Amino acid sequence: MNGARNANAGIGRAASQIHRVLTEAWRLQPLYVSLYAILLSFVVGGVLISIIGVNPFTAYWALLRGMVGGGDEIAGSVARSVPFIGSALALAFAFRAGLFNIGAEGQLLAGGITAAYVGALSWMSDLPGIVAIPLILIAGTMGGAIWGGIPGVLRTKTGAHEVISTIMLNSLVLFGVRWMVNSRDPVVLRDTESTVPRTDSISDTAVLPELVDSQPVLHVGLFALVGICFVVAFVLKRTTFGFEVGTVGLNPHASHYAGINVNRVIVASMAASGAFAGLAAASEISGTNGFFQPGTFFLMGFDGIAIALLARTNPVAIIAAALLWGSMLSGAPLMQQEADVSIDVVRIIQAMVLLFVAADAIVRYLFRVRELDQSPFKATSIEGAV
Amino acid sequence: MTTVEHAVGATGASGRVGLNRQSITGLVFGLLGIALLAGVAPAISGTSRRFNFEPPPDPAGIGFHPPTWVVAIGVLFLLTAVLGFAPPEARRWASPARLLSALAVIPLLLVLSLALSDNPSTNIVNLFNESLVLATPLALGATTGLWCERSGIINIGIEGTMLAGAGIGYMTYATIGDAQSTGWLWFSILISVLAGGLVAALLAVLSIRFGVNQIVGGVVINLFALGLTGFLRSEVIVKTGITTGVGTSEFGLPLLSEIPVIGDQLFRGKPIYWMMYLVVIGTWLVMFRTPWGLRVRSCGENPHAAETLGVNVVRIRYQSVILGGLIAGLAGAWFSMESQTRFEDNMTNAAGFIALAALIFGKWTPWGAFGGALLFGFSRALGTRLQFLGVEVSGFEIPSEFLQALPFIVTLVVVAGAVGRSIPPAAAGQPFQRSK
Repeated sequence: MNGARNANAGIGRAASQIHRVLTEAWRLQPLYVSLYAILLSFVVGGVLISIIGVNPFTAYWALLRGMVGGGDEIAGSVARSVPFIGSALALAFAFRAGLFNIGAEGQLLAGGITAAYVGALSWMSDLPGIVAIPLILIAGTMGGAIWGGIPGVLRTKTGAHEVISTIMLNSLVLFGVRWMVNSRDPVVLRDTESTVPRTDSISDTAVLPELVDSQPVLHVGLFALVGICFVVAFVLKRTTFGFEVGTVGLNPHASHYAGINVNRVIVASMAASGAFAGLAAASEISGTNGFFQPGTFFLMGFDGIAIALLARTNPVAIIAAALLWGSMLSGAPLMQQEADVSIDVVRIIQAMVLLFVAADAIVRYLFRVRELDQSPFKATSIEGAV
Repeated sequence: MTTVEHAVGATGASGRVGLNRQSITGLVFGLLGIALLAGVAPAISGTSRRFNFEPPPDPAGIGFHPPTWVVAIGVLFLLTAVLGFAPPEARRWASPARLLSALAVIPLLLVLSLALSDNPSTNIVNLFNESLVLATPLALGATTGLWCERSGIINIGIEGTMLAGAGIGYMTYATIGDAQSTGWLWFSILISVLAGGLVAALLAVLSIRFGVNQIVGGVVINLFALGLTGFLRSEVIVKTGITTGVGTSEFGLPLLSEIPVIGDQLFRGKPIYWMMYLVVIGTWLVMFRTPWGLRVRSCGENPHAAETLGVNVVRIRYQSVILGGLIAGLAGAWFSMESQTRFEDNMTNAAGFIALAALIFGKWTPWGAFGGALLFGFSRALGTRLQFLGVEVSGFEIPSEFLQALPFIVTLVVVAGAVGRSIPPAAAGQPFQRSK
């Protein structure tokens, strides 16, 4: 018991040393918790790796090289991260409005299938790329926005909680797209020549130009999604609508009293949230896959929640958090190949990151970080509980 | 439900919504009734069909004339519609009529699917049994949610808790003992249950001690369980080489399974399936018939009032969430050691979320949640049966996805309050802090 306490104090002292060095080196005050959470998660992951008898440094070295070991690896990592930017932005925007959108998973599917449908329309091949590409992206965005808007409308009209309705809508759209791409009789959207269930390939004119021929392909969708992050940052910070979203998120009753149309803000925020997810899906369909398969977006919506929280709902920080997330997933296969460690370790580390970011009291205690601001995803301050 | 409706009605403006809701339901049933009488009944095949009660050869059963049944159900729907708009003195029949009509949807689906298929008969006792068996993890998961939410903790992590139970239990089975021993199988099921409790304890610590948003806590658990079980599968289970085991075996309930015709089909089953009934009944008894159950419910409705009366809210919440986790662990064991005898990545496949839907559909009550689970189980069983029967509507086969999606639509409608509102425990999702 005593030994454990000493060890604990030892870790604490070492951690506060790290903290001091970091404080002096950079001014990263608001990101401390996220950074330490990442560090701590890798430590936990390392313990797990050593339990199965592999040197964690060997494994992490392979992981690192898989992530950023060369031009192709970097491009692949960035490419893998692109859709996460969209799904995380979707979640972050809803969080800002005080809405818990569990439905990014479904909104990605809705956006993806719409984009794939529009992209494969016969007349798309007659259009020049400059028209066809925006068209497929807008189609996906609209698909996501509509599927995201429904829970917003249900919330304002009937009071149905968005967590519940988005979970239901996730399942509904999953069954819907499965049917569309599986059904042979009647053929809905299935590519009948393919042996796997998928939609027809989109027209060549609707394919986003590729930047690097990596695995997966890095395409121009990157600029679209990064651009949207900056636009959202601007909207949230500098426009009336952004102010309204933040105010409703903090206190809907006070907002109503102040004359803000709360219902309009809720529906608009949910629709915008769905739109970002839809855009992410459309850019994947157009730039990477060229067709739609139901499994493509598996877990991407839930990962988005974690990334949005890691970035503390800051649209610009999301870019960095998504890059970390995507590149870890992209680097994991090399780790499996070289160190014979299951890629699921990365998933565990990611869950740990989310855990430590959400339960920041653990991190703050270990690293002696003072609480700067109210974390937006905690219901109340933890002071009373700790 | 009625007291809540009264309370809502008292506020005036919302009372009008209640009235609208009734007339909308009436309208829907009216339109359905007209469609059945005028459209469906004349169109479907008039040749006689048969519901069997036992497998061939020479099964007992009842023959029926599909159009007659469709007309009967159509008339019931119309009656319900008329009662919805009836003068106040006849209104008291409106509510039972609505319930009856809602229940009649199930025989309607059965009659229609048989009338539209090429097969003249199908075994419905067996279909009912399949529904119950498929409802097992959903009913257990919904009970998990019930314990958590009734005590004030929203649990989105049921899915992950089940998955952890399934994975860790199977891992235990594969690592110790030989794959043929049933003694170790039971030990592994126990480990599943404990693993579920442990994962739920994580959620409890996060949400109670650290005040983490409960939904975030649930998402953490889902991601974590997916990673952990995937890791255990590839690092431990696969390396043991034991990728399939024996699994629990069927047994018949004494006396009941001796009943002629139906006994052997309905009262034979595997142990976790039977435990599901015990869990549901036990939950109902403990939650609604014991002082401790009352305390649990009070923590979910008004924790501060409960605290004033001397209830230790924090302890009760820990107990209920962990109890819920144990139940979810059992549901996990159903996946990897009863339904199938192996572990696959993500093998719970969203059952935890469906269980949540069943809970909401059942308005946060044990029997309602069980009913919701049965509905989802039935829709899945019927979906498989329809594919087997080859049901066709004007040349097109009915996709099983439609039937599987049906309960989700129903739940969405219930949540949106179009057919009787589903209201969560008042304090669910709110962290509790002791008064100083």
